[in-house]
Amino acid sequence: MIQLHALSFGYPQSGLLFDGFNWHVQRGETWAILGSSGCGKTTFLYLLAGLQHPSSGQILINGQALTRPRPRTGLILQDYGLLPWATVRQNAQLGLKVRNFYGADGVHTPQDYSPERDVTPWLERLGIASYADKYPSQISGGQRQRAAIARTLALQPDLLLMDEPFASLDAVIREDLQSLTLELCDEQGITLVIVTHNIEEAAAMGRKILLLGTPPNKQARVFENPTAGQPRHRERGQYQVLCQVLRKELSIERA
Amino acid sequence: MKRRDVLLASLGLLVIWQAAAMLVNRPILPAPLVVLGVFFRELGGELPVHFTASLWRVIAGMVLSVLTAVPAGLAIGGSKRLNRIFSPVIYLLYPIPKVVFVPVVLLFLGIGDLAKIVVIFLILFFQIIVLVRDQAAGLPPQLLQSLRSLGAGRRALFRFIYLPASLPAILTALRQSVGTAVAVLYIAELFATRKGLGYYIYYNGSTLLDYPAMYAGVLAMSLLGLGLYFTVDWMEKRLCPWKFVV
Repeated sequence: MIQLHALSFGYPQSGLLFDGFNWHVQRGETWAILGSSGCGKTTFLYLLAGLQHPSSGQILINGQALTRPRPRTGLILQDYGLLPWATVRQNAQLGLKVRNFYGADGVHTPQDYSPERDVTPWLERLGIASYADKYPSQISGGQRQRAAIARTLALQPDLLLMDEPFASLDAVIREDLQSLTLELCDEQGITLVIVTHNIEEAAAMGRKILLLGTPPNKQARVFENPTAGQPRHRERGQYQVLCQVLRKELSIERA
Repeated sequence: MKRRDVLLASLGLLVIWQAAAMLVNRPILPAPLVVLGVFFRELGGELPVHFTASLWRVIAGMVLSVLTAVPAGLAIGGSKRLNRIFSPVIYLLYPIPKVVFVPVVLLFLGIGDLAKIVVIFLILFFQIIVLVRDQAAGLPPQLLQSLRSLGAGRRALFRFIYLPASLPAILTALRQSVGTAVAVLYIAELFATRKGLGYYIYYNGSTLLDYPAMYAGVLAMSLLGLGLYFTVDWMEKRLCPWKFVV
């Protein structure tokens, strides 16, 4: 699904974040990208989204070189990116409206796209149908994030990228949304890449975890976590051990 | 703000006016009832002609400034390069009191309506362009990124983000400057015209010394300003409902 070949990228101020970086993702996998701030994890996601371009090397998605945002990739950011002047329903429709605006041109919109406006099933699936006519300022953070997820899933992506999506939510709501996200990705066959600085979140969501260290990152350090998303995953010994290992790795990076 | 409170405030102002008229007790400050009488009599006379002339000039100036300043403000606010080039120019021109250009504009554009419309346009243009530019430049990058990630290119960003985001800025600019626009209209109508409330007020007050008629003109001009102000408020409630939810 995703292949990174000798990817290099950096900003003029901060030097190289990635240097000859290789990484592979199979279809349907769920990945967590873990790292402390400044390690380049958000940049990494923007590169995968096609919003930033590598200075050298290549990103292939489904075998095709990525040169601009692709219509089947969904991106969800920490502060939701909801339009303040649109209701929950209108916000959820936004991606579809953009597609209807361009038509099935294969660039902004997949070629096999047929105009669609109804997001009600998605609002229902995410439990926000009763807030459909509220504005973002009237609902809670968790509900806003659900609206952002509905907006993205309505476009039927095959790849979902999330940047610290649950960072500003309460623990209970966060765990709810983490499980719901995994459930939806499994249900829709979506490949998930979620960026987080939170060790527990990485261990709860990523069936594979990519640890990014102090830049430049040269080699992918991957931790396997196959039981993530299964019932009672968080209560298992494996989960606890993984959290400890990751915590140790991160503190070594920081030192 | 409740309708009842606005009504009470108007009554209070009328009482103060009445008291002042009794204290001054001279023709230069007639009592409100006298003025209202003349006002309603004049409604059957020349006042409507002058009112419509002034109304047309303000509306034309407003429409012209919105149609030019909004695209310009969006373009400058949406592009770092254009912002770098034009912002210093706007910075220099913005604080200049545009009313000083009245004689110059009259000299260039002659005595017709166009000169008066252009004066109002000049005032509103800078107010709107500054607010719309700041609004466009201040849009959170996450909002733009998330729409780009949904497949939006330049045109869709404009349609779905920049344009709706600029609406409140346009209405704020109009509300802030509608009073100034009417004031400057008064000045502009003192020169080289025989139509408009400015002319009507000046002619009745300084040439005919008909003070009640002069105040009827002042009342009409206040109603013009107030009406525009209320219209902008009403448009904001209709066009920007999200600003009024709790």
